[in-house]
Amino acid sequence: MARMNINFKNRVAVIGAGLTLFRRRMYETTRELAWEAAKQALDNAGLTLRDIDAVVLGTAPDAFDGIHMQGEHMTDAAGGYMKPYTRVFVGGGTGVFAAIAGWWHVASGLFDRVLVVAEEKMSTVRPHPQYVFHHIFDPIMDKPLGVNLIWIFALEMARYMYKYNIKKEDIALVSVKNKRNALDHPAAQVAAKITVEDVLNSEVLVWPVQRLDISPVSDGAAAIVLTNEEYAKQYTDTPVWIEGVGWSLDTTYWTNRDLAFPKYLYYAGKMAYKMAGIDNPRKEIDVAEVYDPFDYKELHHMEGLQLARKGEAPILTREGVTERDGDLPINPSGGLLGVGNPIAAAGLMKVAEIFWQLRKEAGKRQVAKDPVTGLAQAWGDLMQIGTVVIMRV
Amino acid sequence: MKLPGTPYKDVDLKEGRIPYVEDKPDAKYRFSAGIAMSRFLEELKNGRIMGLKCLNCGRIYVPPRTFCSYCFKPTSEWVQVKDTGIVNTAVVSYIAADRGRMDKPLVVAVIELDGASPGMGILHKLGNVDPEDVKNGKIFGKRVRAVWRPEEERTGSITDILYFEPMEGD
Amino acid sequence: MPSDVYIIGVGSTRFSPSTPELSFKELMFEAAVKAYNDAGIDARRDLDAIVSASEDYWEGISIFDEYIPDQLGGVLKPVFTVSGDGLWGVIHAYMLIKTGAFNIVAVEAHSKASDIVDINSIWRMAFDPYVIRPLIDNPHVLAGLEMNIFMENLDVDRDAISLVVSKNRANALNNPIAPYGSDVDPDMVSESRVVSYPLRELDISSYSDGAVVAVLAGETAARDLGIDAPKVKGVGWVSGSSYIEEWDYASPEFVWRAAQMAYSQAGIDDPYDSIDVAFIDDRYSFRELQSIYALGLNDGYSLNELMYNGVIYPDGDLPVNPFGGYLGCGYPLLAGGLLKLYNAMMYLRSAGPDTVESALVMARMEYPSPSAAVVILGW
Ligand SMILES: [Zn+2]
Repeated sequence: MARMNINFKNRVAVIGAGLTLFRRRMYETTRELAWEAAKQALDNAGLTLRDIDAVVLGTAPDAFDGIHMQGEHMTDAAGGYMKPYTRVFVGGGTGVFAAIAGWWHVASGLFDRVLVVAEEKMSTVRPHPQYVFHHIFDPIMDKPLGVNLIWIFALEMARYMYKYNIKKEDIALVSVKNKRNALDHPAAQVAAKITVEDVLNSEVLVWPVQRLDISPVSDGAAAIVLTNEEYAKQYTDTPVWIEGVGWSLDTTYWTNRDLAFPKYLYYAGKMAYKMAGIDNPRKEIDVAEVYDPFDYKELHHMEGLQLARKGEAPILTREGVTERDGDLPINPSGGLLGVGNPIAAAGLMKVAEIFWQLRKEAGKRQVAKDPVTGLAQAWGDLMQIGTVVIMRV
Repeated sequence: MKLPGTPYKDVDLKEGRIPYVEDKPDAKYRFSAGIAMSRFLEELKNGRIMGLKCLNCGRIYVPPRTFCSYCFKPTSEWVQVKDTGIVNTAVVSYIAADRGRMDKPLVVAVIELDGASPGMGILHKLGNVDPEDVKNGKIFGKRVRAVWRPEEERTGSITDILYFEPMEGD
Repeated sequence: MPSDVYIIGVGSTRFSPSTPELSFKELMFEAAVKAYNDAGIDARRDLDAIVSASEDYWEGISIFDEYIPDQLGGVLKPVFTVSGDGLWGVIHAYMLIKTGAFNIVAVEAHSKASDIVDINSIWRMAFDPYVIRPLIDNPHVLAGLEMNIFMENLDVDRDAISLVVSKNRANALNNPIAPYGSDVDPDMVSESRVVSYPLRELDISSYSDGAVVAVLAGETAARDLGIDAPKVKGVGWVSGSSYIEEWDYASPEFVWRAAQMAYSQAGIDDPYDSIDVAFIDDRYSFRELQSIYALGLNDGYSLNELMYNGVIYPDGDLPVNPFGGYLGCGYPLLAGGLLKLYNAMMYLRSAGPDTVESALVMARMEYPSPSAAVVILGW
């Protein structure tokens, strides 16, 4: 990003957040899930829908629901009826990106109070949600080869392991940590006490990816309420400010990229750090929710975000630095590996977790250090987009 | 904290406790291949892998595109790249596209083709490779060559190449 | 003060019933090169962000934003998709610049409708699967319902509606990017095949392929580039209900509300007086009159009089769709709003600041929940 043309006029605060349970299959429809989360967030902020000026929706591929223009299907349920309402979409990066879009609705000065809702219902599609991902690939180069989503992540993981000589044992530690952290999360779907051996002995899907390296498929929804400075101070004594946002989309041609390092996230992070005035992320970020649909991605993303040097994230993990009581707690919520992965909702759950951590409202999940600055991040598309939000109290 | 939501199990669905409506999307498309990919597919029938070169920055793109991803100039010069290359990364798949188990594991890889710009790889299958050599990392950086379908069976598809296999003496 | 926002460049392909010779990427690339050239920018150096409009089922590729960066000059830049018409993309670009963190933002939208084998089967998937899909298999059914009650409640003649088709198809003859320019007699419209009574074949805009890119910039950037460009004076967008049983078919409130939002930003009290030309929804012929009414642009005229008195013809008091609208350019799915914006820019540039003060651009999304976006441009 080039130079900024003015100083920010409108500071944006998060003043409320809400979640539904994350589960493999939910009785509620997409609309019902979105409404539940929106209601929770509004209650948490002490607002009603009448107080909301505009609504942003995040939901990942329409194919999960089999509904064309899914965003439009959700209008009333997300609170967008007769309001300025929009859906933004960047694949798996959508959850955090919806918060970014909410930020610019307020930061632009157009709106005072904005509701951001993210939902995903993956259980609708039969026989398995994986099948939907077949249709994300290039119909000429990749699809005829029978490509599976896990292939491409495995190819990235394998390259990362090869380049930095990383052992599967070290990567498995992420899964162990996150599933354990999730034991304290009220929405958690797959919280568990497991060992590195459990991960290494789980079903091999696409080597090096095994079943316990991966987050589950889930149904769920999340929501947050954003306001400008004036309203934030009126509604709460503890607003959490969004001080930086960043995102970056890499080339479509994923086989032309350096898969060992997430360059898209390096750029997204750089943009957000610049906005938030952060020079040394490793020192200045107190707690981070990085996107962890696979265990290796937590490590990969820490390096892309400059929270670790290249190849260093597994070492920090082994040394306990990323535990809740460590120097740089990563995914204290339990992440996607522990709480679950209703795609867009999982991303926004991460923003909600940073909101609670910075307000010291995370209960048993509260990190040991006194956090002032936190970061939430998501990732998606063909291993291609990074979305980053930096928050402060 | 009690969160909203009502989970159910697959068995509840199978035993009729969860009301639902069923529908099957009827979504069909014919994707126009366009200038770059039409020629690419046509030349596969001839056993040739074609790239497009950006005359501004010199990058040779495979798969070809009419625009340069990095300097945004039109690419205009067709270049035949070799059907040999090196393995950038490889994995062993035990599952098919629909998540079902495969009968026999399949090795897939990103292969950087000789003659394309460094790092310009394509996705393809590897044949005659022991899955163990993927797991112990031996296959990384190895030279491989395309094994083509017999000419009369080619249809102008990426599957005109059956797979890549390690080159002898390498 | 937040920066004013300008449209510093536009580019469009020719619109066409089908484009088998080009991939969607190649179509997008052509529009992007034209727009960046028009704005005098180097995409790789100057663009701070790119917004692209897409919906997965229109593209036939899930998570379509994967396939947009390279051909727009957006690799490793802040690029994203808005699920909706390109005019919503313009609004997002406008907001991004207003935050102060972005200077130059491009917006892209395209249609490859001809790549879809059976387009009604895709429309059908936009409907509620529980109670609507079992009943309705194409969108024209709803348009027929809408047209009927609109004509009834607002006392609109069949002849007036047929004249909209004649006017727009004739207007398209002067538009080099429009494929459906023609001399269509109003009787041909009212005697064409009934699709969903009272909606007839010629009341419906045919689909078209094409791509449009617009480049927006803040004050500083526009000044640095030395461009005297039209300004975005106001934006508005509002959604209706996704329960089609609850629509007000005759007079869409969401259009009215979107317009009020844009008017208030632009400081417009009397729209008919302030707006000199309008580029508005005519996906179906009657929609042009319905939109004029909802936008408050009919002044003292009845909707019939707008046609019979020539008010909205190119040489009338308020030209509407003077370059042919969707009826003349084709309905390019999500590229519709940007196509209208492109036509508005052509009009503003040729007329100049002395003749035209403000132009109104409006687009609608159709189903499941209808919604409207309004952008007011001017000098
Ligand atoms: Zn180049």
